[in-house]
Amino acid sequence: MPTLRYIEDAVSLQFEPDLCNGCGMCVAVCPHAVFAIVAGRASLEDRGACMECGACALNCVPGAIDVKPGVGCAQAIINGWLTGSEPSCDC
Amino acid sequence: MGGMDVDDVTTKQDGQSPGRSCCGPTPSTAGTCCGDSGTSAQPEPQPSCCTPHATAEADGGSSCCCGESTPAPYSYAPLNCIIGAVETPVGRVPKVSGDLDSGDRLGACRVRWGIGREDYRAEPGLYALGEPGTASPVLVTANYKLTFDELRSSLDDLDAWLLVVDTRGINVWCAAGKGTFCAEEVARVVRETRLAEVVEHRRLVLPQLSAPGVAAHKVKEACGFRVTFGPVRAADLPAFLATGMKADAEMRRVVFDLRERAVVVPEVLSVVWHRRMLMAYAGILAASAIGRDGVSLRRGLRDGAPVIGAAWLALMGGGAVTPLALPWLPGRAFSGKGAVVGGILSATATATLGRRLSPAAKLALLAGVTAASSYIAMDFTGSSTITSPSGVEAEMRKALPLQGAGAALAAGAWLVSRLGR
Repeated sequence: MPTLRYIEDAVSLQFEPDLCNGCGMCVAVCPHAVFAIVAGRASLEDRGACMECGACALNCVPGAIDVKPGVGCAQAIINGWLTGSEPSCDC
Repeated sequence: MGGMDVDDVTTKQDGQSPGRSCCGPTPSTAGTCCGDSGTSAQPEPQPSCCTPHATAEADGGSSCCCGESTPAPYSYAPLNCIIGAVETPVGRVPKVSGDLDSGDRLGACRVRWGIGREDYRAEPGLYALGEPGTASPVLVTANYKLTFDELRSSLDDLDAWLLVVDTRGINVWCAAGKGTFCAEEVARVVRETRLAEVVEHRRLVLPQLSAPGVAAHKVKEACGFRVTFGPVRAADLPAFLATGMKADAEMRRVVFDLRERAVVVPEVLSVVWHRRMLMAYAGILAASAIGRDGVSLRRGLRDGAPVIGAAWLALMGGGAVTPLALPWLPGRAFSGKGAVVGGILSATATATLGRRLSPAAKLALLAGVTAASSYIAMDFTGSSTITSPSGVEAEMRKALPLQGAGAALAAGAWLVSRLGR
């Protein structure tokens, strides 16, 4: 079966390896295995799989990860456009 | 998250929040949420703004509102699963059953179809499962009842403490995204339940999918308990706990396979699209009733029925076939996949109807169903667990003008086809 992948080049995830302390929280919280620990430090293994949930950045104590978190939901984005605010679904 | 409800459960516990309509459901294990991060996408930088508010049954407990402005008080669903109590140094703690009864199953079914979600909130606090002692693990979860049921019924014969935080009845993943499942709220419930006097250790197991809302180090700072993120799915908790709280790669990964998509599809059709389609049908009938000589109900039914059929075809294409066939459809954009399905379905319908349709009516059918199927499929991004907001926005900027053009073309062709009658 073909693997289900989404649009990858728009992903906002940025990782600064020099700030990483190798704690592994990003690996523990990511639901799409974007990170792995390689030689004691986090490594971006599959950046394109990122869904921008923001869990890694929130749990990265040294602040090595930056991502624009949000909902990958068309309705939420439309709501954001209509109200001029952050995307929000009415879920 | 998209995604979200892997949410429900310590996992993806799923659920929906009252009134949320776009999110998907989350299957027992997974959730898809559309809900995730809502209004305030990033809970973390915000100051904690917990303010006390009275809840119907809790006496004046405060509630974390990291993501919300002023939470309104609400009442909780009765928990029929309480089968007794265990004695602890802080008093009697309600004991819950590890089995689901027919009422739980019926309720789950009902909620998944969008009925009575507002009533599906468990009271936050500490619960005992089995005969937990001072060394037993503490499993933290959301107060969406489906989530709570999923958790308590997934632990086999384990003895554990279940700590339910107030997520306003929303599943784990969506609540984390919205910021209601946050470090301050976890710490608040830890303090309020006097958990430190109930257990000797200082460790909480949180569902992995709460991590978009919970900064583990903030929990430690706020209440002294260390956070370990458990697996995505509650069903993996026994294995996780048996191996010294080690989650393997599979336990950490959210999947969105055919089975999960098949669970989500009927929920999306019933919860998200049911009302919208009824309104669309009414609009179609009204528009069809109008002619040069005024309004005619008979004409509305005669001319409107085929259009309603086309709208239903688009719904099936974009809301059912496309989500189920996602990996096999070309491209990455959901809107593109939906257009392909809509195109195939409408071309098949056009060929089947043959000469019974005028050329203009055929064009209306092809353009309208393709555009609508594309839009409906694009809307499914909110129910998936793989879509990033940046990607969704990128595809929308390309797809919306095309969908609009297709709809305009369909409307124009339809008017032309009616002029000839």
